[in-house]
Amino acid sequence: MATPTLEKTGSAAQASPYITVTFRVRRFNPEVSAEATWQDFQVEIDPKERVLDGLHKIKWDLDGSLTFRRSCAHGICGSDAMRINGKNRLACKTLIKDINPEKPITVEPIKGLTVLKDLVVDMEPFFQAYRDVMPFLITKGNEPTRERLQSAEDRERFDDTTKCILCAACTSSCPVFWNDGQYFGPAAIVNAHRFIFDSRDEAGEQRLEILNDKDGVWRCRTTFNCTDACPRGIEVTKAIQEVKRALITRRF
Amino acid sequence: MSAETTPAVSDNDISLYDVDNPAPVIEAPRKRTKKTPKATRTNFEMYGWLFMRLSGIVLVVLVLGHLLIQLVLDGGVSKIGFAFVAGRWASPFWQAWDLIMLWLAMLHGANGLRTVINDYAERDNTRFWLKMLLYTATVFTVLLGTLVIFTFDPNIR
Repeated sequence: MATPTLEKTGSAAQASPYITVTFRVRRFNPEVSAEATWQDFQVEIDPKERVLDGLHKIKWDLDGSLTFRRSCAHGICGSDAMRINGKNRLACKTLIKDINPEKPITVEPIKGLTVLKDLVVDMEPFFQAYRDVMPFLITKGNEPTRERLQSAEDRERFDDTTKCILCAACTSSCPVFWNDGQYFGPAAIVNAHRFIFDSRDEAGEQRLEILNDKDGVWRCRTTFNCTDACPRGIEVTKAIQEVKRALITRRF
Repeated sequence: MSAETTPAVSDNDISLYDVDNPAPVIEAPRKRTKKTPKATRTNFEMYGWLFMRLSGIVLVVLVLGHLLIQLVLDGGVSKIGFAFVAGRWASPFWQAWDLIMLWLAMLHGANGLRTVINDYAERDNTRFWLKMLLYTATVFTVLLGTLVIFTFDPNIR
């Protein structure tokens, strides 16, 4: 939020950075109606601010019933993934000026998950898929007395997929996931990739076996929606193809 | 959406729903739950995926060659007749070409449609019967085509 500066009203007023932006928000409240509807809000906002700031202004000043998730508000917690102008993004990393404030900015919940209220969806199926790939270090034998050492190259191998913040932007942009929630989805595969290619981990075989299933990596249609959606810039589709390659080279 | 049969308790409220009687949420199709079956431990999907890639490469050569011979070279489509087909199938090379093309194209197409059905047919029953129809049609076409290629008689009257 921009803090208003004191005693500069005279000259600063004519060069005010504020513009009026229309936010078109997808509203759904099961306690009022079974239908989801679009609602427009006019907000005075600095175009250098983010969509999340706009949502805050709506919630704090215009309509307190607007419901959305956000925690850190700085692109790390992954709570505020939403569909902004038809594209999955983090509201806290999307600047107003980057998404054409001349036209109404549409804000919808992410697709493929059950909408509970306004922009809040039920993330449970998403996290169930995450849990199913066992996203934790598994080793055999005695625990070493020192750290588990790893060379820089070995660390580099899975560096890209460690960046995931579990915001569900990728999974909820996947057309296969929209139609069949049984599919693990890009995020779960990315997090499996992070351990499959970790030289310290010893359960890669087990994870590959899980992803070899009919709802695993073979359902990926390589549409690259996930790579486009990822707010962390992870090459998600590439990671999925690397798991496919590992599955094939393991057999032949 | 689904109409609620019992109206909300408060009569002065126009809405059908309230805090104690919320509207049903729209569930995502085939939601993943704790009870979702674990890995089946077969490599069927992997071989299916691999088959699509390999047969695709072979089919590019076979189908483009087929189209070239049938439609472009030697006077094009006008030359095709019973005699032309009989002449080609006299050679085991063209018999093998057509046989491989028939099998690969049918299995490639059937597997592609199977994945489309798996993706889009939401109800278990619909999915099952669509796949049954697909498999029946595939087996029928493959067997009939194979039969014709092997038992083709150029002197038929």
